[in-house]
Amino acid sequence: MEGNKKAFYFLLTPVLIWLVLLIIIPHIDLFVSSFKAENDAGTLVWSLENYIEFFRDSIYWRTFLNTAMYAIGVTLLAFVVTFPIAFYLTKVVSKKYASFLTLLLLIPLWIGELVTIYGWVIILGDHGVINESLKWLGIIDTPIKLLYTDLSMTIGLLYMSMLFMIIPVMTTLESLDDSLIEAASDLGASKWTIIRRIVIPHSMPGIINGAIIVFMLVIGDYVAPNILGGKSSLWFTEQIYNQFLSTFNWNEGAAFGFLLLMLSSAVIWLALKLSGQKLDKVGQ
Amino acid sequence: MRKMMLVGVSALTLTTGVLSAQDTLRIITWKGYTPKALVKKFEAETGIKLKITYSNNEEMIAKLRATRGGGFDLAQPSQDRISFVQKKFPIYLPMDYSKINTKQIIPSMLAAVKKNSGVDGKGYAVPFCYGTTGLIINKKAAPEAGDWSDLWNPKYAGKISYRLKRPLLIGAAFGMGKDPFALYGDKKAYAALIEEVTQKLIATKKMVKNYWTSADTQKANMTSGDVVVESGWDGIGWQLHKSNPDIDFVAPKSGALGWIDTYAIPAKSKNIEGAYKFINFMLKPENAAFFTNKEGYGTASNGAEKFLKAEIKDNFARSFTKADIDNIKWHPPVPAGFESIESKALERIKAAK
Repeated sequence: MEGNKKAFYFLLTPVLIWLVLLIIIPHIDLFVSSFKAENDAGTLVWSLENYIEFFRDSIYWRTFLNTAMYAIGVTLLAFVVTFPIAFYLTKVVSKKYASFLTLLLLIPLWIGELVTIYGWVIILGDHGVINESLKWLGIIDTPIKLLYTDLSMTIGLLYMSMLFMIIPVMTTLESLDDSLIEAASDLGASKWTIIRRIVIPHSMPGIINGAIIVFMLVIGDYVAPNILGGKSSLWFTEQIYNQFLSTFNWNEGAAFGFLLLMLSSAVIWLALKLSGQKLDKVGQ
Repeated sequence: MRKMMLVGVSALTLTTGVLSAQDTLRIITWKGYTPKALVKKFEAETGIKLKITYSNNEEMIAKLRATRGGGFDLAQPSQDRISFVQKKFPIYLPMDYSKINTKQIIPSMLAAVKKNSGVDGKGYAVPFCYGTTGLIINKKAAPEAGDWSDLWNPKYAGKISYRLKRPLLIGAAFGMGKDPFALYGDKKAYAALIEEVTQKLIATKKMVKNYWTSADTQKANMTSGDVVVESGWDGIGWQLHKSNPDIDFVAPKSGALGWIDTYAIPAKSKNIEGAYKFINFMLKPENAAFFTNKEGYGTASNGAEKFLKAEIKDNFARSFTKADIDNIKWHPPVPAGFESIESKALERIKAAK
């Protein structure tokens, strides 16, 4: 027992060092600096100015609202797109192929977001794979504008976040006893009823779990809106970036960072309340 | 995350810097400013190994600010972005002009940079190259275009592009017949002018095809023929002209915007001697001419002209008449706090439907 404890602390130390040095300390530093602002003389003083600025100027809270609405939309879309896939992989296809297919799904994660996003640029561009193929088939003469639109941005966001919805949903679906579906079917329930009354309620914790991750990923993403987005794709993260790099106002940027954290947490809390789910159950 | 990475990167460079401070020179610069052939030549001549990091003005300032001037031995900020930063966060060392071979630098440019980068009477930079921001135009499709105001000319609706950054606001203001640089001393009036420009660009946003974000998208816009008028750098316009003579850089009637990129030494530079050696090396006429022949940007080197290719001289002659040159609006040093006015304006334009 004594030896076990030693080993435990021995293994814990690097994790703690990593957490404290690279996550906790910088966050405390950012949090403190978010409450400092320059006065007219140009010296830093304690102030709530950075937080007030967010609500005072509509360009900030409107962009945040836009980003949040968009993130909710992408989350719903991720559910609609991935639920049939998850269902197919866990309930329809044989176990042998299922693990191979799941592995295929993971490949985009190995490549890294930036590369996959540039992959979409090549696919969707005016002279990209889709437009050239359609031209070759004689369906269109002039390229359709796919890249730098809301559509291309949505595809990019969906593609990079989809997996985080599939995996938790698959986990909960696996624990669903097939005999429940069979019994419902024997009792005369239609396919739609089975999905609505049995499959979805059972996988709800997985869905909510996936939704939280997807929502957080999308609302905090910087790359996809910037590279794939169109003329009006101002994302809240870009405003944080601008505060740090264009206006050199790190204090304001820090405040925006914490506002993003707090407000997106609030959205999740609200979603949990509305769906009647509990966070500790979702985390299982 | 960004901060975390900064800490990691600077810790890494710190340790490697201690090991061999005098044999390496860490430069943070723009892409294209350190041609491979010149890097090899410098390393062979001096035995100093170069470590090159590509960046831009904003990142350069942010990185040097995070390390309080450490992590790099030499930087290449634009001349208008030095003094206000230096006043607030001392990230550079004053330039010791006695160590610079000033004979090989165009005197008027050296004097201007010394003055514009100055804080408390001390200069902080040496000019390296210059260029202008103006218009890249497809002369076949838009033969009459030639001013900033053509960026909202209904004639070219749907075939217009620009980069949503501060030079656009300045150029657009000139295109509206105003002089933003004259208002650099009056923050309120400047903010009002930028507001006016913002309204103009929002009202005409539907005419814009896209906002380009990099040299690559800037080029793709023109080569695909999707765009006929766009804001752009002279070097890029001339590169495009080489492959398609219909496309060229045009100095806007109300004035091209002139920029000068410089050398400045970060406050915690570990190889100051090496930095001076490199500056003197790069401004040597034959080396400076090699850079200009390759990238197309003008050089601050005095005497490089006789090494320049004929096509480079042609570029300047084609795009700039004598009057155009006199009309170049050189960026004065940006006053503190102006960036937040511009940044908010740019966000407003991007957020507009």
